[in-house]
Amino acid sequence: MVVCAIRSRSLTRYLTLILCMLADFLISAGRFVIFIRYGLKSSEYLYFYYYSDAVGTILLYFSVMCLYQLVFEEIGASKYVRGASIALLAGTAWFSYMVVNQHTTQLTTRFVVELSQNLYFVGVVLTYLLWGAVLKLCETRTRIIQLVLSLGIYFSASAGAYALRNLFSHPELVKFIPPLMGTFLPLAWAYTFLKVSEETRLATARVAAPNR
Amino acid sequence: MIAALIFMISLAALLQFFVSYCRSVIAAYGKQGLSEQGLELAGIKGRKVCGEDFRRLLGLIGLCPGPGNDRSDIRAVRAYYDLLRMLGVASGKLVPAAAFWTERERASCAYFAAVALDRRITYSRDLMARQIANQF
Repeated sequence: MVVCAIRSRSLTRYLTLILCMLADFLISAGRFVIFIRYGLKSSEYLYFYYYSDAVGTILLYFSVMCLYQLVFEEIGASKYVRGASIALLAGTAWFSYMVVNQHTTQLTTRFVVELSQNLYFVGVVLTYLLWGAVLKLCETRTRIIQLVLSLGIYFSASAGAYALRNLFSHPELVKFIPPLMGTFLPLAWAYTFLKVSEETRLATARVAAPNR
Repeated sequence: MIAALIFMISLAALLQFFVSYCRSVIAAYGKQGLSEQGLELAGIKGRKVCGEDFRRLLGLIGLCPGPGNDRSDIRAVRAYYDLLRMLGVASGKLVPAAAFWTERERASCAYFAAVALDRRITYSRDLMARQIANQF
């Protein structure tokens, strides 16, 4: 995705998205190292997997904020978006710290699954609000539309999978969804950067799913 | 309770995002017209493309070699078509408006497949023309 974004000369405009993907790549590399050193069933790998997942999700909030800024730049509301993003980040960091602090004695798998579920759900809400703004402002840039929608698919599928896991406690039921989504998002973004130029326009009315 | 609520909301959001994503892919193809030869080879000359044509057109796409840059689009639209078919069957007689909407969407999926096939035919023709030119 990073190569595709650089090839399409979008480095500066989508720098936050590119940095997030690079961070995601480093997280995956870290997971691989832990996996090789300690094995798949080790508690080290388990905790590294879930906590790095939480960090990765928080990093993706920056991508959402970058997209908010791009959507709102034309009406000159970028500084408010920046303020809101700082507030959101501070709020999420504080909330996560409080939750982890209260559970230091019982950092169980159930707890980390719950934390991931909540973080992904915040992502769903943020992306949904962004999608609402895209529709309301009649945003026509196909690239932004596709970036937002693929992020929405990623967040909602992941939040749903973790919620289902919380409900039934059967990892087999949904264990393929997080890796599938982890592959989907970079591929979908790479596709968007490679195939959709910055100038391509699309009427949002043709894209929005009907609410019946 | 909270997990169930999050699951329901996420599922609804996922559906909406997925439908919109597929429609954005289809809309990009929908702007393109079809060539005379494409219409003839696809068997849709002189009539409108309907939802039922999708599977047949997909079969023809499978037979036609292409540059391979449309595979992800085809996969996403095929999943969308299957979802629409399920929705159509489920809501067929109960909600006529929903059945009408799914049929319209399936027709746009079929049009997408027709454009993809047309592109592949053009690609194959160009490839063959180049090969013939190299031989002589």
